[in-house]
Amino acid sequence: MLELSSVSKTYRTGDAALSDVSLQVPKGQIVGLIGPSGAGKSTLIRCINRLVEPTAGDIVLGGKSLVSLGGRDLRRQRRRIGMIFQEYALVERLTVMENVLSGRLGYVPFWRSFLRRYEGADIQRAYQLLDRVGLLAHANKRADALSGGQRQRVGIARALAQDPDLLLVDEPTASLDPKTSRQIMRLLTEICAERNLPAIVNIHDVPLARQFMQRIVGLRAGTVVFDDAPSALTEDALTEIYGAEDWDAMRKGDDEQAEAESDALRQLAEVGA
Amino acid sequence: MIAQYPTTWRRPHQIVPDRRLRIALQIGVLVYLVLAFSTVEVNWQRVTEGMERGQRFIMGFLQPDFTSRWRDISQGLIESLTMTLTSTVVGVLISVPIGIGAARNLVPRPVYLVCRAIVAVSRSLQEVIVAIFLVAMFGFGPFAGFLTLTFATIGFIAKLLADDIEEIDETQAEAIRATGGTWFQLLDYAIKPQIMPRLIGLSLYRLDINFRESAVIGIVGAGGIGATLNTSIDRYEYDSAGAILLIIIAIVMVAEYSSSYLRKFLQ
Amino acid sequence: MLPVDWCLRSRAKRIAIWMGWLALVALFVWCWQIMTETTIWAFVWDAPRQAQDVGGRMLPPEWGYLPELMQPLWDTLNIATLGTIGGVIMAVPVALLAARNTTPSATFLRPIALFIIVASRSINSLIWALLLVTIIGPGLLAGIIAIALRSIGFIGKLFYEAIEETDPKQIEAIQATGAGPAQVLTYGVVPQVMPALWGISVFRWDINIRESAILGLVGAGGIGLKLNASMAILAWDQVAVILLLILATVVVSEWVSAVIRRTII
Repeated sequence: MLELSSVSKTYRTGDAALSDVSLQVPKGQIVGLIGPSGAGKSTLIRCINRLVEPTAGDIVLGGKSLVSLGGRDLRRQRRRIGMIFQEYALVERLTVMENVLSGRLGYVPFWRSFLRRYEGADIQRAYQLLDRVGLLAHANKRADALSGGQRQRVGIARALAQDPDLLLVDEPTASLDPKTSRQIMRLLTEICAERNLPAIVNIHDVPLARQFMQRIVGLRAGTVVFDDAPSALTEDALTEIYGAEDWDAMRKGDDEQAEAESDALRQLAEVGA
Repeated sequence: MIAQYPTTWRRPHQIVPDRRLRIALQIGVLVYLVLAFSTVEVNWQRVTEGMERGQRFIMGFLQPDFTSRWRDISQGLIESLTMTLTSTVVGVLISVPIGIGAARNLVPRPVYLVCRAIVAVSRSLQEVIVAIFLVAMFGFGPFAGFLTLTFATIGFIAKLLADDIEEIDETQAEAIRATGGTWFQLLDYAIKPQIMPRLIGLSLYRLDINFRESAVIGIVGAGGIGATLNTSIDRYEYDSAGAILLIIIAIVMVAEYSSSYLRKFLQ
Repeated sequence: MLPVDWCLRSRAKRIAIWMGWLALVALFVWCWQIMTETTIWAFVWDAPRQAQDVGGRMLPPEWGYLPELMQPLWDTLNIATLGTIGGVIMAVPVALLAARNTTPSATFLRPIALFIIVASRSINSLIWALLLVTIIGPGLLAGIIAIALRSIGFIGKLFYEAIEETDPKQIEAIQATGAGPAQVLTYGVVPQVMPALWGISVFRWDINIRESAILGLVGAGGIGLKLNASMAILAWDQVAVILLLILATVVVSEWVSAVIRRTII
């Protein structure tokens, strides 16, 4: 269980990215975080694993407070939190296998990671995860030889290699085409269900959030303005989150995309038939 | 279920995937290193004796003596600085036509080959070697140094300039050609605007290099601060040598800082 | 009514530009006068004749001298290679201290590292050799250390710029796994900068071949010793052979370095 109480973040420039955000995420729940760009979504999830330092408030994961930790203790808590990034953030010049094994860095001593001498159990698990995300055959390829969707699968495997108690997912589909986006979202939700993992997913694509999330939190200018089930996400609620003008523009874009997608699906079906 | 997966993994080698070739290469490198180290004969007695001098040099560097040889130092500095400026100006003036001539997309093939040959000769000859010859011909002093640096500048600027011109945006040149402009108009309207900022940047960079080189060619008699430095090291006056080295470092730092400022200002 | 006159720049700006050029010309003339104060023009006018004389003595090159040059050439290659290796070993920590994203202390250690880089860059290897020969005596060791000291600045500067250009997202991702600082370095930074380090080192090796060829002039070993000896006895036909050999070596090393860089990157 993750508990955020009155988390605030003010950047040195004076911009308040988050003000007084409180949130509880029980085990196994997938929370979608939506909101216009600059609303503080990215800051919020980076505050949880302290890639960004929150200025005030408390964050508790499984009974352990994260905000006051430093050095070794912080790293020990970070390894419990898997993170998946928008542009995959794989180490491009390493092999797929090394990228997955890098999820174990918080657990292994330096010499093991430096010599690539991971324990048998770690390697076995890495293979299992690669199999789970459907990339077993690509283990020895370099990460930059993969396609976008494949790279994001490696990113997922890396996060799972940490044996996390929580997944932080930052715009997992922003660099992917619509079809791959859905595959990735499906994989994510399946994996969370299999392991009873809680996850916080930043997502800019509202239809996708509606389809895959169990709960949606709307962020506007650093404060929570919506927190409910996807079914309660009415036009009014969305207008409140995004502001009238932006939401209209977004909806139009989404409609166009949906049309294009259904068109592509129809064509695919024809080809298949 | 997990038992079906292997428990070992070896990182495939990225550059030389073939294992035998890799081992052969590694052994080759090892053998070379052993051979190379065996050619280095070190007279340890001489080295330990030298440590005392080394210590004096470091002390001289930390407590430089600017005053007792100041007349020599200032004379050498003035020679170096004037040599640097004049050779850069003359070198750039000569290298512009040669650089244009060495650009494949602007000139007929014979001109291109001649200009590229000039560039190749200038680049492949070490400054110090050129200086030795020019000192033999023109006598000791900064004039030989000026000629050496000019010669080196030509190869440097002309090559980079020519490479830049070959990489320019062809569409702009096409547009000027399409208006019926002459070759000189083409240079003025299509090439100059694209190349000018780069040429200024390169000239400033070369100014900096020429100053550093001017400190070297003095050692073989081509004037400048290098001659002063050579004398002070020969006399084991490490505090004066330290002062000269510090002055060189300071001037290079100032030149680097001001040239980056000037480049920003000119753009 | 449309205006009929048009100018690229405003009047004031044009005047400023002209003044700038004028100042440059004045500066040039002034420098030229100071520089040529001590020049003996009789020597300068005599130069073509001197050139002809030296040129005539260089031809034909004394090819019989070539076998004697193989040992010094081998020494020169070793000075360049071992010096480059030493330079890389010293430059890597300096670059790590100098790069904004890896330095442990931006206020204290970074300026020191930057000073080491600029000091090493400002002082040519021939000057280092001159110093080292008086300190540890003539020989290959002085040459190797001189090359290494000069290489620190070159490799350090290019390498720390490469480190600063790394993709911060990849590093952030490694931090997020709970990795320690040394692990972040070896997994997040090193794979991104390794090709750059190889490229820079090979590039510097190529330059070092040229530089080590002349270090013998001040007694630091290699083929420059032979050059110095032949010039001292005015044996210009031997000098010609040495210069051609150096030229050939430089061309070959440039080719080798280009090939290696192409296969690595």
